[in-house]
Amino acid sequence: MRSELEASLVAKNGLLDRRLFMKGGLLAGSIAVFAKPGRVDDTSTEAAINYEAPVFDVQSASQSIGAFLPDSMKTPGAIFRGYGKPAGAESSVQRIILQPYGDLAPGAGIAMTPLQSLEGTITPNGLHFERSHNGRPTINPDEHEFLIHGLVQQPLKFSMDILSRYPLISRNYFIECAGNSFFNSNLFSEATQVSVGMIHGLVSGAEWTGIPLSILLDEAGLLPEGKWILAEGADSAGMSRSIPLGKAMDDAIIAIYQNGEMLRPEQGYPMRLLLPGFEGNMSVKWLRRIKVTSNPTYTKDETSKYSDLMPDGMARQFTYTMGVKSTITRPAGGLVMNGPGLYEISGLAWSGSGKIIKVEVSADGGTTWAAAALDGEPLTRALTRFRIPWKWDGLPTLLQSRATDEAGNTQLRRDVWSAQYAEGQLYHCNAIQTWSIARNGEVTNVFI
Amino acid sequence: MSLFKNFRLPVFFIGFIFSGVALGGELQGPKLGVPVEAGTLSGWDISIGPDGRGLPDGEGDSRSGFTVFTERCLRCHGQRGAGGLGLADPLVGGIGSLATDEPLKTVGSYWPYATTIFDYIRRAMPYDAPASLTNSEVYAVTAYILAQNGIIGEVDAINAVTLPMVRMPNRDGFVMFWPEEDRK
Ligand code: HEC
Repeated sequence: MRSELEASLVAKNGLLDRRLFMKGGLLAGSIAVFAKPGRVDDTSTEAAINYEAPVFDVQSASQSIGAFLPDSMKTPGAIFRGYGKPAGAESSVQRIILQPYGDLAPGAGIAMTPLQSLEGTITPNGLHFERSHNGRPTINPDEHEFLIHGLVQQPLKFSMDILSRYPLISRNYFIECAGNSFFNSNLFSEATQVSVGMIHGLVSGAEWTGIPLSILLDEAGLLPEGKWILAEGADSAGMSRSIPLGKAMDDAIIAIYQNGEMLRPEQGYPMRLLLPGFEGNMSVKWLRRIKVTSNPTYTKDETSKYSDLMPDGMARQFTYTMGVKSTITRPAGGLVMNGPGLYEISGLAWSGSGKIIKVEVSADGGTTWAAAALDGEPLTRALTRFRIPWKWDGLPTLLQSRATDEAGNTQLRRDVWSAQYAEGQLYHCNAIQTWSIARNGEVTNVFI
Repeated sequence: MSLFKNFRLPVFFIGFIFSGVALGGELQGPKLGVPVEAGTLSGWDISIGPDGRGLPDGEGDSRSGFTVFTERCLRCHGQRGAGGLGLADPLVGGIGSLATDEPLKTVGSYWPYATTIFDYIRRAMPYDAPASLTNSEVYAVTAYILAQNGIIGEVDAINAVTLPMVRMPNRDGFVMFWPEEDRK
């Protein structure tokens, strides 16, 4: 057994060949020893081994089987409900809420996706992250109007009813706030101990269904002077952003459905702009107006905020594309290791520039790397799940992941990323992030 | 690794061809948008760009702006807009600090265009009652913030003509990433 594991090492400190977990693979015949290899939180291999099955005897005439069956088989279950909810035992899986201004401005802040509790690449609608600047408006879809005007031949208004007659497309895309991963950015000089959801949970993935924006812009008739659009939300922050017309005509969608149901209010009900791969703030929620302009409007959220200050005092502006990024979500901050042995490292990777082509994992702080398996066919500007088996020897270890996209971009080391920007600059942080695993199984966020 | 590459490459090209077909081009809308007169949209068109087009009538200066600020803004943005512990963003100060170890970004030190101040305050402030100030009150409180930052004088009137002419200290402090650098 031991020598088989040794033989399948693909990088230092126990990173193993993916085939280890495959049927007929390296562990065939001995898999029982690692009954629940993937669980980091509650099931130890010890527990699995010591489990004693109850003695089962229902053959005598005076016995009812009830004595041997779980309660759930002996009482009628709960009745039907109109809208399903997660299991009661999962009620602690919640978005993580931060309100930087406290009671002064409770609607300015973030609710982050608890990545440590989720798997796959689709974020459940109730856990999709939210960044709002003055709360979540309540909009009556019957009264909502959407206007296209400015440098067009014919300004047009659309009701939700009218829009429901337009052709739809469905696509998987991630949305990521430009401020995601700020706990890994120049806002902090020392690593803060928070969960992976709190560090990287301003990204979520969903299947979005909506109308290609190009169809509506074509209908209004673009004038040649039009080079930008200004998109505006119907919230009390009056969120507004300038977007290059090229993007608006390329893959922008007016999204109406999220994972098959109408958008959640947090995500812009009844309609939002969706700009695949661009910083989330530009995918304006509660969309009410698009004005075609010849120049950017230079709104507050593309000058004061969402611009990236460099050490020389100059700031990068219109840095729209979200950089290639990855994070290990298990084991990760917010979880505890359950003793040495075999685990599956699981994580997410994504890039605003296209598909993820490679994710590497290191268990020695970035000295040696092994390619993880990408789960399923990576999609353009969507979350990709990666996995790799790992045998933890119980010694202190530094875990990292590093993604590469089809445009050839690869994540930088944190210190290299950091040096590009001024003190406190937090936007577009896609640096490699490090989990330290202590002897006692504790997982902490560290800067190296 | 080489196996991996051989497998991905063709898939990538197929994906590329498909995505070109699937979005944009081939889909046709039913063209049901309701035409509206361009001249009737002033109630809708509330965004103001650096050229100042669309700025409304009215005006104000720092002195009238002080009253607006004291009544409607001070509790969150602090005395003279300087911010403070537990308060919202400072609106004043930090000019000259951007290239130091402690950059302070405020309206005065960081914002490239004065029109953005008017646009943003009119739509989003005061935070607890957005869109409640009159146009003249917005001009006035804009003048107050500019004057506190030393960008205009106490008696300079801010209106549709003067606002776009205000030159902000950090006007040339930005490098544009798009569309110069096409990174779609
Ligand atoms: C209830 C608290 C509150 C009040 C009252 C208030 N503000 Fe604000 N202000 C905020 C918050 C919170 C933000 C940040 C909003 C965000 O995150 O988008 C802000 C942001 C701003 C900004 C942008 C700052 C920057 O650098 O990005 C300006 C300018 C501003 N306020 C002006 C005003 C003016 C003028 C008034 C009075 C007419 C006012 N505010 C009243 C809470 C308040």
